Amino acid sequence: MLTKRIIPCLDIKNGRTVKGINFVELRDAGDPIELAKIYAENYADELVFLDISATEERRKTLAQLVEDIAKHINIPFTVGGGIASVEDVALLLKSGADKVSINSAAVKNPQLISEIAKRFGSQCVVVAIDAKQINGLWKVHLVGGKQPTELDLFEWAKKVQELGAGEILFTSMDNDGTKKGFANEALARLSHELHIPIIASGGAGTIQHFEDTFKLGKADAALAASVFHFKEIEIPDLKQELKSKGIAIRI
Amino acid sequence: MKIAIIDYGAGNVKSIEFALQRLGYSSELTSNADTVKAADRVIFPGVGEASSAMKMLKSTGLDRLIPALEQPVLGICLGMQLMCNYCEEGDTKGLNIFDVKVVKFNNQLKVPQVGWNTIFDLKTDLFNGIEENAYMYLVHSFYVPAYRDSIANSSYGVNYSVALHKNNFYGVQFHPEKSGEIGEQILKNFIEIR
Repeated sequence: MLTKRIIPCLDIKNGRTVKGINFVELRDAGDPIELAKIYAENYADELVFLDISATEERRKTLAQLVEDIAKHINIPFTVGGGIASVEDVALLLKSGADKVSINSAAVKNPQLISEIAKRFGSQCVVVAIDAKQINGLWKVHLVGGKQPTELDLFEWAKKVQELGAGEILFTSMDNDGTKKGFANEALARLSHELHIPIIASGGAGTIQHFEDTFKLGKADAALAASVFHFKEIEIPDLKQELKSKGIAIRI
Repeated sequence: MKIAIIDYGAGNVKSIEFALQRLGYSSELTSNADTVKAADRVIFPGVGEASSAMKMLKSTGLDRLIPALEQPVLGICLGMQLMCNYCEEGDTKGLNIFDVKVVKFNNQLKVPQVGWNTIFDLKTDLFNGIEENAYMYLVHSFYVPAYRDSIANSSYGVNYSVALHKNNFYGVQFHPEKSGEIGEQILKNFIEIR
């Protein structure tokens, strides 16, 4: 049986994990590879690396990091952050990334999705969508949720599926950082209206939240950062507990 | 031990190279017919779309070379699918090593299937030391229905074949290079096949 995926997300700046990660066993808390290895050994199903650096050198630094990750990590990983062209994608995939996630660039130039899908296959295109509710309507936001657009979440999600996205990573800006649970109603609607997998993001605080997003939100995967980095939730405990609740989980 | 990874412009092949490195083997990414023929083991990767992948194979003559190889050959994911006689994706005629058609998932489940699924009914030395119902990482929209040359099955709405074997040819739908230590063991088994 296909299992639900648990995906830790690591923020990367200039080739290093952004501080705020609290692992006592890490010799170097800024080393993304060391951290990724620990997650892989602890049954994370996939990893997401989100590059937030803004330097001229970012493309080269990121490609080098991706190659180092691919050398050492034996589970799939996605790379996102500032990807704006087919050439960016080609470089990252060639360096060893399994998938790329595109966000703002897809909104600005939707054809980018189909160009990537045509050249490298849908399986490597994750479209990240940040959205929050404005007057009860889910509106897509850009620049880490700061810039609202007129796009409706569900319309946009259907459009990216048509254009060839392989998965959708939906982050609810209303839930992100609250630790009060995922946006399960919107997630369930996405899952109902689309046929590609949906990754839930934003709001993880407890094990119960993961159970809810799989059962109520119908999510195919759940992504979280701080609850894992600060060891508020250990992935093996999380997975054991979810499995005992009847959810298909790889342990 | 010379291992050739067939290079025909397919997506992420670095991962296979790195997985072999972790196992202590070096490999060569190549589209050169002589290098492929001279290798002890050949890995035929594949990520992407069937008809364009087949076009690339034809443009380099690899479509004739691969079926004629005599050393152990392992097709991975789309590589395995192209070793079959036909792929529904892009209405593509395959290499006809495995006499079976690759069809699209047609059920109420999410397509593509993305993630870790169990494999069972394991046969041949490829799965030495691998337990029934081990988890493997898969990403695919098309599949090989239950088939006589199947050496492993999985289930996604239907029971289907995730590994095939005929003579010196092996094919796996899952990504051993992305399936943790168990996946690496399968790659090691392939290299050690006698």
